[in-house]
Amino acid sequence: MKAYLSFFRIRFLNNLQYKVAAWAGMATQFVWGGMYILLYSAIYSFSSSPKPMELDQLTTYVWLQQAFLALIMLWYRDSGLFDLILSGDVAYELVRPVNLYPMWYARLLSQRLAGVLLRFAPIIIVSILLPFPYGLSAPASLPSFMLFLGTLLNGTLLTVAYSMLISISMFRTLSAVGSLTLFGILSEFLAGMVIPLPLMPESLQKILMVLPFWLTGDFPFRIYTGHIPVQEALGGIMLQFLWTAVLITAGVLWLRSIKKKIVLQGG
Amino acid sequence: MIDVNNLNKSFKVYKRKNGAFGAVRSMLRPDFEYIQALDDVSFSIGKGEIVGYIGPNGAGKSTTVKVLSGILVPDSGTVTVGGLVPWKDRKTHVANIGVVFGQKSQLWWDVPVHDSFELLGDIYRLPQDKYQKNVSMLTELLDLSDLMPVPVRQLSLGQRVRCEIAASLLHEPGILFLDEPTIGLDAVSKLAVRKFIREINKEKGVTVILTTHDTGDIEALAERILLIGKGRILYDGKFGDLKKRFRGSRTLKVHFSNTPCGIPMTGGILNSRVMENVAEIEFNPDVITASDLISYISGLFQITDLEINTMVAEEIIAGLYREYKI
Amino acid sequence: MKLYFKYMKILMRSQMQYRSSFLMVALGQLIYPFPLYAGVVLLVGRFGEIGGWTVPELTFCFGSLLISYSIAEAFARGFDLFSHMVRTGGFDRVLVRPRSTILQVLGSRFELNRAGKLAGSLGLYIWAAANLDILWSIDKVAVAFFMAAAGVFVFSGIFVLAGVWSFWTISGNELLNILTDGTREMARFPLDVYKSKIILLFVFVVPIASANFLPLLYITGKALENRLLYAFSPLLGLLFIFPCLLLWKTGVRHYKSTGS
Repeated sequence: MKAYLSFFRIRFLNNLQYKVAAWAGMATQFVWGGMYILLYSAIYSFSSSPKPMELDQLTTYVWLQQAFLALIMLWYRDSGLFDLILSGDVAYELVRPVNLYPMWYARLLSQRLAGVLLRFAPIIIVSILLPFPYGLSAPASLPSFMLFLGTLLNGTLLTVAYSMLISISMFRTLSAVGSLTLFGILSEFLAGMVIPLPLMPESLQKILMVLPFWLTGDFPFRIYTGHIPVQEALGGIMLQFLWTAVLITAGVLWLRSIKKKIVLQGG
Repeated sequence: MIDVNNLNKSFKVYKRKNGAFGAVRSMLRPDFEYIQALDDVSFSIGKGEIVGYIGPNGAGKSTTVKVLSGILVPDSGTVTVGGLVPWKDRKTHVANIGVVFGQKSQLWWDVPVHDSFELLGDIYRLPQDKYQKNVSMLTELLDLSDLMPVPVRQLSLGQRVRCEIAASLLHEPGILFLDEPTIGLDAVSKLAVRKFIREINKEKGVTVILTTHDTGDIEALAERILLIGKGRILYDGKFGDLKKRFRGSRTLKVHFSNTPCGIPMTGGILNSRVMENVAEIEFNPDVITASDLISYISGLFQITDLEINTMVAEEIIAGLYREYKI
Repeated sequence: MKLYFKYMKILMRSQMQYRSSFLMVALGQLIYPFPLYAGVVLLVGRFGEIGGWTVPELTFCFGSLLISYSIAEAFARGFDLFSHMVRTGGFDRVLVRPRSTILQVLGSRFELNRAGKLAGSLGLYIWAAANLDILWSIDKVAVAFFMAAAGVFVFSGIFVLAGVWSFWTISGNELLNILTDGTREMARFPLDVYKSKIILLFVFVVPIASANFLPLLYITGKALENRLLYAFSPLLGLLFIFPCLLLWKTGVRHYKSTGS
């Protein structure tokens, strides 16, 4: 356990060095957030149909999405890990006296946490300062806020378990880009990152809410805005645990079966 | 052929701080310092010479090569290569040079070698007959005929380096820059590469500038060496002279029955090191003969075994580095 | 030009060495436009319309845009991924070859798999074109053609700018995504839906509007005055490439004074 923790620490500190990337990431997130808010506020002001979410709830949702993007991006690629597999240097990882799965899990997790730590504060601060209803509103209540933090972290564990599957699939297809674009595009839609889940038709929402994707971001963000009341969140939390367990088990088993018949590239 | 006068180049280097706080702080106010990569460097190289360019990592070797090949513009100083200023007229200049960056491939990874060669022929606008002539000449000299239809990624390192060198000579450059050409090669490939470099130097009169850490390369190829350290040229002269300079020094390796606390100095001993019950003593035979030294030592300690070495190239270079403290 | 085709030939042969992964990527690219299409349909289904545009109009807009994007990606990707070339020292190699750096970088990559995205977008585009409530006259076809062409040039120009960035720093590629992906994402909708002055940026600075709502207003017959201006708006996008190439030259000069 100690090995994984110190591995996590090293990667975490190392990732904190990427300051230019962090500035750039923040700038991107501002632009992205602004773009969606422009779009939605324009749509909201010209449409007379009933709104599934208030505009300020929606903008809050969008800003949270941007601030915590590093935690919820499903297609996030750890190019270092991919290079490792593609170049065959993964052999070095295999000879270390630690288990590959937790080591890589720690690696991916540290990357996301470092990424979010460098980015979220400025985005939150600036978006709070924006005028209503374009900025980030206060959480619905204190319990909502606490629950938001808990479910967001819980969701991150799920996200990392999912990225692990994508990384492991690299052994198989050896095409990072291929599996990434394919799954990235689909999962992003399923997670409500193309358009937020509440804006989708009810029937589609029902299906998506069984799948794991919305649990990473959509779920905590809607708890924050009060769109999902605290007392109704229990089911989602259980589902988060369930899916995390399922994805981690799948990843561990998959990696184990691959290691047995591993063909090292370039070795 | 190559004239370098008072060349200077400095780089801005960003300093990073440790820890989470440091990362945030350096995000707000980056710290940087200037390092002088080249400090008043001057030398000239004649046509048909082979020059070994040596120095520790970060001494300025690759900066010099980059300036000479037109990749980098210096801060001050003048450079002419074959009458041209490398960074002024890039396309004309580079048409006359060949560059092998060690460990970096210029060949297209996934296609057969001859496809890469053909594309290079087009890049250098070689007429068909000249291209054919050069390819067959290089194929023969480097024994490439079996490798030509193989995709580059399937070649061994030694085979690939041979192809890389051929690739950088396709356009008959007058000057060849070799950056660590033999790094990682097995003994047979190393010898083949060295032999080839000698051949094209002799027969085609190609000027060769060779940066290397492999003293075997220098011994086999370079009559003249340039030593650079901390951006300054420290030694420019014949490798043979260096050998003479260090020939004076030889090393006696003595095994003792128990561990001595140190070798007491006496006239002629230049340096001594004690590890466990073995001592390495560097001495000047002009001052103290080997037999005198041995009897001096045996008078002090119980000797179980001994060997005596003359200095090899590696030690000469190491001696140079020590002498200039780089 | 001849050399460029040689480059493409060799790159295509390289990619064909990995047939299964090529197909995988192409497949991923093929489905790429459809979630976006679903997003448009869902939003219109929820709110009735977006900025007064119908589903076929919106689809035509982003279909055309993605056609441009996939073509630009296929050909000019070398600039987009240029930071990699700088990092690995590949650009030093470019500089020691007696050919134009632009040609060599352009020739360093050719992404044939973008044919997948092109095919998917083309499918949606044709469907949308057939369902637009207009009569396709010669002039409209021509404007539609130049609309897509302008998109290719604007995106290629943006890729070149992304490459120029790498001359100064190889980190911060994410910032470049603002330019590349940001422009693409923003221009997915006819820019006037944003009802914001920000679209002036996309008319005069990064003129993606010339491959977006400006010609679209002409094609759909929504432009009532100054129709010629709208018809010729794609010209703006075509011209965008020139300042980008100038900046590239500045970047090369900077690189040569600092190294990597």
